[in-house]
Amino acid sequence: MTFLGMPTAPRGVGQLRQEAPFPVAAARALEDSQLRRNLGHATSTIRAKRAAAVAEVPDWQELRAAGAAIKDDVLAHLDRYLLQLEEQVTARGGTVHWARDANEANRIVTDLIRATGQRQVVKVKSMATQEIGLNEALAAAGIEATETDLAELIVQLGHDRPSHILVPAIHRNRNQIRDIFLREMPDAPAQLSDEPTELTAAARAHLRRKFLAAQVAISGANFAIAETGTLAVVESEGNGRMCLTLPRTLITVMGIEKILPAWRDLEVFLQLLPRSSTAERMNPYTSMWAGAVEGQEFHLVLLDNGRTATLADPRGRAALRCIRCSACLNVCPVYERTGGHAYGSVYPGPIGAVLSPQLTGVADNPDLPFASTLCGACYDVCPVAIDIPAMLVHLRSRVVDDKLAHHRGPTPEAAAMRGLAWTMSDPRRWTWALRAGHAGRLLGRRYDRIRHLPGPLAAWTSSRDLPRPPRQTFRDWWAERSRAEGEGDDRA
Amino acid sequence: MSSREEMLARIRAVTADISGQPEVSRRYRPAARGPGSADEALVGLFEERAGDYRATVRRSAAGEVARVIADAVATRGAKRIGVPDGFPAEWSALLTDVVDPPLDVAALDGLDGVVTTVAVAIAETGTIVLDTGPGQGSRAFSLVPDYHLAVVRTGQIVGAVPDAVAALDPARPLTWISGPSATSDIELSRVEGVHGPRTLDIVIVAELGATGRPARLPFRSRPGPRPPHRALASHFRGTSGLRGRSGQRGLPKCSTEARSST
Repeated sequence: MTFLGMPTAPRGVGQLRQEAPFPVAAARALEDSQLRRNLGHATSTIRAKRAAAVAEVPDWQELRAAGAAIKDDVLAHLDRYLLQLEEQVTARGGTVHWARDANEANRIVTDLIRATGQRQVVKVKSMATQEIGLNEALAAAGIEATETDLAELIVQLGHDRPSHILVPAIHRNRNQIRDIFLREMPDAPAQLSDEPTELTAAARAHLRRKFLAAQVAISGANFAIAETGTLAVVESEGNGRMCLTLPRTLITVMGIEKILPAWRDLEVFLQLLPRSSTAERMNPYTSMWAGAVEGQEFHLVLLDNGRTATLADPRGRAALRCIRCSACLNVCPVYERTGGHAYGSVYPGPIGAVLSPQLTGVADNPDLPFASTLCGACYDVCPVAIDIPAMLVHLRSRVVDDKLAHHRGPTPEAAAMRGLAWTMSDPRRWTWALRAGHAGRLLGRRYDRIRHLPGPLAAWTSSRDLPRPPRQTFRDWWAERSRAEGEGDDRA
Repeated sequence: MSSREEMLARIRAVTADISGQPEVSRRYRPAARGPGSADEALVGLFEERAGDYRATVRRSAAGEVARVIADAVATRGAKRIGVPDGFPAEWSALLTDVVDPPLDVAALDGLDGVVTTVAVAIAETGTIVLDTGPGQGSRAFSLVPDYHLAVVRTGQIVGAVPDAVAALDPARPLTWISGPSATSDIELSRVEGVHGPRTLDIVIVAELGATGRPARLPFRSRPGPRPPHRALASHFRGTSGLRGRSGQRGLPKCSTEARSST
């Protein structure tokens, strides 16, 4: 279903949809004890670091409020800021392209690469290009794209999918990474150990030749300044600098919500992002450029792909404030146990549970809004104060509405709710129904709790017990008590 | 309708309900310590924070720079050093094997290292920013070689991120550098040295302060233990005590110790 008729991210391209229902995928992930250990180790490490990095900043809440307000301003005047950005980038020698969806963006990028005559490109880690399945589209066009971020390289060499926004190979431990390198990297030293420093050195040697020879690079963008046309890529390894600097042609794909209105706004986001994502005072490298610089050819692709559909929902649009820091993943009790693959989309965890269903329409990701305990930890750490729990509840209602609108005949849930409404709308019916609940006492005799409900109700008790109905309903007790008191009054 | 017109039309349709967007409130710490305002405490904070990111920081008196640079380069075992246009000749005077630009990527890859100046340095985050101005070379210049030595004048050190943003030109290509290249991609533990220079040295050069009086600096040419700048660091952190003592390196690593020490 689309919200207000806005087109969502198209099916059949990119990676935004669950392949299996979340409960099924999560159950599969939970059986992998290695995965649970890897995730538990990594997320607990980063949680402690982030807390320390944030505690250092005395005005964190003020920065957070400003970050949220700046992004809300962007969303409110997105058309104006996009036009301003286009004007600035064009004035500085860049070319701006507009892509309504994943297919169009893939086509634009493929054509741009073809025009250079190159068959190989290097890539900086980018969520937007993962979202639209750009690598697959390029491969289909005979163009080989090499991921240069270490974790993305691990994922690509392992024929795997990313499972975290910041650290896509978080589900792999050092042993597994060594095995992947030995298997897939022809130039990996045979004596490679599982020490992270050695693994990193192997990746450096492997990619160095590619960097120095690369003619075309593809990147995402963390921020784009409407006022000045400046783009920013925030990174750690230097692979971003290599890709942004050395090749003759640079193609940047960014979601339309990545804009910041003014240059000055970076003073907020360059404080919020590094401390929230890698838990550093500042990430090792941030590159900024405006238009075509140092003799390069520069193309900027502005991507919608369901973002306007997300923007259409007043109670869901704040998800577009997200700056992809991944702090919400690291604190989420559900993500920590299931990992990212269970969510299906490249955006996993709490932000993914509110973003993916909005980008695709809730019909295509109906389980994700329910993949949460609503504990609120994600809201607490979000640097742009997205109220993810409230949004999850809202999206749950959209999922139910969508099912009602599309289901032939009532769903069992809807039938039950309708029956309940009929019962509760009349006091006599309600009293009768409560007394009928006594029958439930038969079920919980052995443990004094109901462990299994019969028939279609069994789903409710598959993962929880139900309290045994009391001997007497509250209403009966109250009536009895009032009668007794009334008799007392008579005597007095 | 073109894709551009269609996307703009979609946006206008779905944001029509938003009205009266309140002003963005900026109650966070504003820019306060711009270029030329650094005192000894701020210089000390920059030195400590850059050190936290495994950059090796040296101090130099104005007349000693050439010797300090030559010493640092020798310590790294680097010989062929790229020196960009506009780098003060008196600073590179004692380097023996100097390679001048223009240098293509292959030539840069053949260097042992480069020396550059910077545009701005940020004390609170231990960051240097290069804007390809005189003495800084192209973006590739400070990227491809494995060793980068950056010379920071004390007058270029600003307090925090807002000061740097205010001091920089958004039209120039900018590279913000905080320590050597690093990754946390394997089990989220930090490893220094991936694709960018694996070694970063910073030389802080004392110069006249904004007031025209020489900033009083304990000139030092060798890295070594130095007193933490408690008052200032706690101003920037808003908490008492100091987390990152020099010698206790790297914010991430010290997070658990930090809890016990504060």
